[in-house]
Amino acid sequence: MAHVVPTEIPDAPPAPEQQRRGLAGYLLLTPGSLWLAVFFIVPTVSLVATSLYDPSGSLEFGYQMTGHVQNYPHAIAEYWDPIVRSLQYALIATVACMILGYPLAYAIAFKAGRYKTILLVAVIAPFFTSFLVRTLAWQYLLGDNEWVVTFLRWLPFTGAELQLINTPVAVVAGLTYNFLPFFVLPLYASLEKIDHRLLEAAGDLYASPFRGFLKVTLPLSMPGVVAGTLLTFIPAAGDYINDELLGSPKTRMVGNEIQSLFYAGDYPTASALSVALMVTIVLLVAVYVWRAGTDELV
Amino acid sequence: MAEPVTAGSEDLVLAGLTKKYGDFAAVDALDLTVPSGSFFALLGPSGCGKTTTLRMVAGLEVPTAGTVTLAGEDITRLKPYRRPVNTVFQSYALFPHLTIRDNVAFGPRRKGVSKREAAAEVNRMLDLVELGEYAGRKPAQLSGGQQQRVALARALINHPQVLLLDEPLGALDLKLRRQMQLELKRIQIDVGLTFIHVTHDQEEAMTMADTVAVMNQGRIEQMGAPEELYDLPRTTFVANFLGRSNLVAGSVTGTAGEEVSVQLDGGTVTAPVERAATAEGKVWVGVRPEKVHLKPAGDPAGGRGNELRDAVVSDVSFAGVSTEYVVRLPSGQELMVFEQNHTSQRRLHSGDRVDLTWAPEHTFLLDAAQDASAGTQFDDE
Ligand SMILES: Nc1ncnc2c1ncn2[C@@H]1O[C@H](COP(=O)(O)OP(=O)(O)O)[C@@H](O)[C@H]1O
Ligand SMILES: [Mg+2]
Repeated sequence: MAHVVPTEIPDAPPAPEQQRRGLAGYLLLTPGSLWLAVFFIVPTVSLVATSLYDPSGSLEFGYQMTGHVQNYPHAIAEYWDPIVRSLQYALIATVACMILGYPLAYAIAFKAGRYKTILLVAVIAPFFTSFLVRTLAWQYLLGDNEWVVTFLRWLPFTGAELQLINTPVAVVAGLTYNFLPFFVLPLYASLEKIDHRLLEAAGDLYASPFRGFLKVTLPLSMPGVVAGTLLTFIPAAGDYINDELLGSPKTRMVGNEIQSLFYAGDYPTASALSVALMVTIVLLVAVYVWRAGTDELV
Repeated sequence: MAEPVTAGSEDLVLAGLTKKYGDFAAVDALDLTVPSGSFFALLGPSGCGKTTTLRMVAGLEVPTAGTVTLAGEDITRLKPYRRPVNTVFQSYALFPHLTIRDNVAFGPRRKGVSKREAAAEVNRMLDLVELGEYAGRKPAQLSGGQQQRVALARALINHPQVLLLDEPLGALDLKLRRQMQLELKRIQIDVGLTFIHVTHDQEEAMTMADTVAVMNQGRIEQMGAPEELYDLPRTTFVANFLGRSNLVAGSVTGTAGEEVSVQLDGGTVTAPVERAATAEGKVWVGVRPEKVHLKPAGDPAGGRGNELRDAVVSDVSFAGVSTEYVVRLPSGQELMVFEQNHTSQRRLHSGDRVDLTWAPEHTFLLDAAQDASAGTQFDDE
């Protein structure tokens, strides 16, 4: 989809605003740039620096900057499983968000009529309570003696020892639940913008409603799908709350390991793991956006 | 011109077609036969139901009542994607994510034509609308006129039995519009398909169409060849909407042979009986401004049959090829008179006393029950 990443446009008129970036532009950029410099660039540089400290130091006696690159292979080898698991869980949760979220966003954008606003508020409503509290509620909801598990155990094809809490299913379910609005909202915005007359034109040109969806609605909603998957996948891959509350030692994600390492005072390994995760995600996202920028994705 | 309607012909027939929104009938029991292969214009002011009519033919709107029959087959309930009908939308509705080539190939591809076969046809169509070199661009990179032609090619490539054009030139500036009118006409003759062209521009309808149907408030007021409609309007709405007309109140005094006599405020005029929409009681006596001739008051020479005496020129405006006069009758009513600018002829001035004269065969009579100003309020569109 060319409108995700603008590819070069032959004979496009030159952008007229080029010469108009005067003082006002810089002034408008200043607060944001300062904010980013103080709260993003400085911590990132410090994080990268910490990842190169001598690991034999400690919080009490201080760390030495020795450019200890081996922190990286060490951290990656040690925590390979949680890294892979995080990416897997995030991927499954993102796909689940897509499966649940696309029909939802589609229905809100095209079928909800006057209930549109109410439904949008319902999508946003969970944000009125804290992330932590909602995940705690899920911990309770998926507990062994609650009705969800009781009901599932009652079904003929499930065993009596079926469990949800402390399993990967619970973690992925929690991730899906928590990040669903981040998928639905950008997708809704994208769908909402689609000119309904385009679908009439598709119908007029012999496309059945389903073909019209595949050939017109879906491609035009791709910017929303891409934005939604990024907003879901990236935070889900680094999340540790869901695993902390719904998972078990066997389901630990990289976020949990980083948190533990920081608590344990192993700053160099924790930092190396953080940077490794960050680089991995950036690379994955770059490949994804690049692929989404070509027509092959749809 | 339209061929005579025969049974089993390819014509599009709308019968009793009605679309109601609540109590309001946007299209009201409309009957219309569009001859196959003709360039047919549906002309009417904004809001009269033209788009709704087209949408019912295209299948985008379900009629409240009535039927749509194409080539003898009832297609009233057929889904749009199953109708041999294509539309050029007023907004063009080009697919922004597809190239011009893929936009034009959209119809054939959905009908299962292979990519390679479609490509050849697409090139032919783009050549027809002179856009061959733009095939690889996206719609947003074309001008309005070019987008309009893409929309046309995208519809034409399907060889629909009927092509519907909803104010296709409405978004273009005047010069481009005139140029596209000629081009559309050329293409229609080229491909020989039935075009139904919706417009609120009477000049556009008259220059392009073989047959014009004048629509007002969800109904067809009158239908015919442009020159027929102009020469002999049958309602006050048509008289005013299609060009301009002078309408003077009168009452019929009698019919002698082929002539109807009408008593007016300033005298008696006659009209051929076949030009009378009604031949008794109160009528509107109608005549087009360019059919009326002015002569000095009381001058017995130069009369053309019908005369109104003792009028005064109240306004003169010079318009190049002609001079447009506003003339006040003794009754106070003002009429328009357009005189060709022949050098031999004396220019008249405001305040000059004149007689108006015109030929009986240019006179038409309309039902006085109709509003004499119907159709005038749309002049500026
Ligand atoms: N979906 C609708 N709901 C209610 N009224 C409508 C709807 N569509 C059209 N109308 C009304 O029907 C009339 C005819 O509309 P339209 O066919 O678009 O006119 P035109 O194309 O001649 O300008 C208008 O008065 C318009 O307001
Ligand atoms: Mg319209």
